Amino acid sequence: MTQKKKLAVVGAGMVAHRLVEAMVERGADETWDIEVFGDETRPPYDRVALTSFFSDRDPEDLLLGDGDLWKRPGVRLYRGSIVSRIDREARQIHARNTTFDYDRLVLATGSYATVPPVEGSDLPGCFVYRTVDDVAELRAWVTDREASLGRKVRGAVVGGGLLGLEAAGALTALGADTTVVEFADWLMPLQVDQAGGGALRRIIEQLGVTVRTSTATSKLRPGRDGKIARMQFADGDKIPAEVVVFATGVRPRDELARDIGLEIGERGGVIADEGCRTSDESIFAIGEVAHIAGRVWGLVGPGYTMAEVVADRLLGGEASFEGADLSTKLKLLGVDVASFGDAFASTNGSLEVVYADPTAGVYKKLVMSDDAQTLLGGMLVGDASAYTNLRPMVGRALGSDPTGWLLPEGMEPPAGGALPDDANVCSCNNVTAGAIRGAVTDHQCTDLAGVKACTKAGTSCGSCVSLVKKLMETQLAEEGLEVSTALCEHFAFTRAQLFDIVRVSQISTFSELIEQHGTGRGCDICRPVAASILAVLGTGHVLDGENATLQDTNDHVMANMQKDGTYSVVPRIAGGEVTPEGLIVIGQVAADFGLYTKITGGQRIDMFGARIEQLPEIWRRLIDAGFESGHAYGKSLRTVKSCVGQSWCRYGVQDSTTLAIDLELRYRGLRSPHKLKLAVSGCARECAEARGKDVGIIATDKGWNMYVGGNGGFTPRHAQLFAEDLSTEDLVRAIDRFLMYYVRTADRLQRTAPWLESIEGGMDAVRAVVLEDSLGIGADLDAAMAVHVDTYEDEWAATLADEEKLRRFESFVNAPETPDPDLVYVEERGQRRPADDDERAVLIAGPSIPVRDEEVVA
Amino acid sequence: MSEWERVCALDALTPDRGAAALVGGHQVAVFRLSAGDVHAVDHLDPFSRANVMARGLVGSRQGVPTIASPMHKQSFDLRTGQCLDDPDVSLRVWPTRVSGGWVEILNEARSGAA
Repeated sequence: MTQKKKLAVVGAGMVAHRLVEAMVERGADETWDIEVFGDETRPPYDRVALTSFFSDRDPEDLLLGDGDLWKRPGVRLYRGSIVSRIDREARQIHARNTTFDYDRLVLATGSYATVPPVEGSDLPGCFVYRTVDDVAELRAWVTDREASLGRKVRGAVVGGGLLGLEAAGALTALGADTTVVEFADWLMPLQVDQAGGGALRRIIEQLGVTVRTSTATSKLRPGRDGKIARMQFADGDKIPAEVVVFATGVRPRDELARDIGLEIGERGGVIADEGCRTSDESIFAIGEVAHIAGRVWGLVGPGYTMAEVVADRLLGGEASFEGADLSTKLKLLGVDVASFGDAFASTNGSLEVVYADPTAGVYKKLVMSDDAQTLLGGMLVGDASAYTNLRPMVGRALGSDPTGWLLPEGMEPPAGGALPDDANVCSCNNVTAGAIRGAVTDHQCTDLAGVKACTKAGTSCGSCVSLVKKLMETQLAEEGLEVSTALCEHFAFTRAQLFDIVRVSQISTFSELIEQHGTGRGCDICRPVAASILAVLGTGHVLDGENATLQDTNDHVMANMQKDGTYSVVPRIAGGEVTPEGLIVIGQVAADFGLYTKITGGQRIDMFGARIEQLPEIWRRLIDAGFESGHAYGKSLRTVKSCVGQSWCRYGVQDSTTLAIDLELRYRGLRSPHKLKLAVSGCARECAEARGKDVGIIATDKGWNMYVGGNGGFTPRHAQLFAEDLSTEDLVRAIDRFLMYYVRTADRLQRTAPWLESIEGGMDAVRAVVLEDSLGIGADLDAAMAVHVDTYEDEWAATLADEEKLRRFESFVNAPETPDPDLVYVEERGQRRPADDDERAVLIAGPSIPVRDEEVVA
Repeated sequence: MSEWERVCALDALTPDRGAAALVGGHQVAVFRLSAGDVHAVDHLDPFSRANVMARGLVGSRQGVPTIASPMHKQSFDLRTGQCLDDPDVSLRVWPTRVSGGWVEILNEARSGAA
């Protein structure tokens, strides 16, 4: 076996992450040991989404990938590790007080945020906007200043470009009065023209941000406490400012390369060829530190392309970087801004088609060739919805009147089918329309998730997802592969459609439903779905009449089937609160019936090994002691987990246990597309792990923060912030509507996280439905939940009161009390469990197997 | 020697739902379909080796009446016992008849095997 080669990567940002990912995807970790050195203490994260850190406070959510990349053998990430020196002769780098050998080195050090040489720019309260730590410090500063001043903080952002407006958005979100100061004559001078900048300014001013253009900052002055207090401009004007953010630009971090004499560009950046190789052939440069094809590329898309190029070259390939599309689409302060192609009409003879509506705050411009046929570029301010379809058309004939693309309700732009195969659809990951079609034709992808996984299209900024979806659907249709959303062979509808059919037609039985809207007898897929829908919409017992035939065995006998055909029993312990007397009852029942007991993850007790004919007697005992069904068997609410909260905990700020119990009792028995789990934490320490739940509630000193879409399981997800500082009443209404909307519209076995992703507009759209009643169905959802709450009854108590229902618990129809004779158990740690095959053989046949007696038996 | 064994009244079976019965010491799963026909197959699920088939969901696949194991959802043809998801696996089919309102199952003595 040959020795593995060593690859050292200096820098652990987004581009470095992509490089390692690209190496691993190509199997290069078989032949290379990869060591990555980052000066930040975090693994690589999504810097583009930095501002989302304000609405969604967990920096973990910004991390790229699932972290498994760094656990692979042969891949190593050194965090908080500054590389102090490179020794080209010895091929070593100095870091962590030692040296590391390399065969190939990749510089991916990115860039610094620059601070202009203005007096006072180093005062406490002056920040840059580059890393999670910058953002965290900025937030802490604003919060502290607000508290000590006892009023809103006044803030200023120096720089009215892309990053400056991001920072202004962040300051505004933190509750500061914000002024943006731009040296040029209009905002975002690199992306939009003067008219576009003017439109942008009007929209931003309406949001309460003050804008000063053509303004140079000359001095920053401290107050008596030494902290930043005032800002002075070259024209002599001044404004108060208790926090200042510099967003004036970035500079490549090329010092290491300068130290060792690599060739450096005139305005910085390590010069590299189209293979990203620097003047030392063992050293590559990628991302914002690289100067390739005549310039430094300050967007993540080109950086990703460079990472792919280097991965290919390290494996002996010939890939090259020849420049990139610098189109951008952003949402800044809630305003859409996009710029693509020759946005400034620098091509000779080009024509500009402009649409402007100052009252609506919209400015759109297309740049066309001199014959008005070919799209050269454009910019969109205020409404950039046309961007996704327009950008891939750059350099091509638009095929229709260009004005049609600009009008608010103009022509429907051509469908994805019109795009040529070489049109670049995802500029972040360099994916062409042809590659997306290929995912369908050559890789048998049939859904968006599959295409995204296969091509990486739409996995970075996400702006092209709708186009990717359209391309995929068109291709599927062309292949004759209609995208089937049918539930199963018996119903040509989705679960959501079936739900509406039942709701509108008021059908109450499965036989009516399948007769009128389906075919055949149904199956193990559609029958339980119908049962769930009928249970939500109807008001009867889940086991009443014909519905009994629709339920999986778990729902049918209201217990969870285990591997040997016996069941487990879980009484409800709302919020995880149980009295000593209750514990004794559970313990006594388990002892009397010989049940194995275990604490569940949902703060209750599971009792295993109950035979079907024992279930009614077990439940009679539990119900007599005040317990009720825990619905552990249903696609329904499971538990509302809680911490002990304010009533005992010295840190608690709200009564989390009481809220958890109230919520569990409110939603108990609610049938849903998949199981539902909730949790309530009494303070930000989050002991109830609420962010791992479909709905997680975390106490604040002002009320409750609501998170949605979390789950464990095969694909764990953190719940995302949905609403802040709600009163208990508002919280309950928001959860009512969220759950009912989910129950009505989700697919079969679709948990809340993928449901949120599948809804057009995602979480924002659901938030609008729930909090702002954007669909006008709020009252309807409220009423549906009220019916659920009012008509709830304990299924087990109702069953015990009904002789007819009890018949289903007979072990044998002709021997109702006879236990299954094949059950065999062994003891382990003082309790019993089903015997495995080897143990069974011994226990049934005895320790020695007779050799000759067999014939006598036969 | 084969003989018909009476297991229960027809009315005791819920249409489209199964029930387990003991026939000559064997565990049998009996189903009464809503169309009126009665079927019986082994109660033992050949995949999980647990006696659970009577607790599965009945349905149809391309017109074939089916029973799905409640354990891991493999479907079987109720008429032939053939597993529709694995050609190498099948359930034993027990002949049934309805006589005077009673469901009877033929306890066939199988030659050779125990």
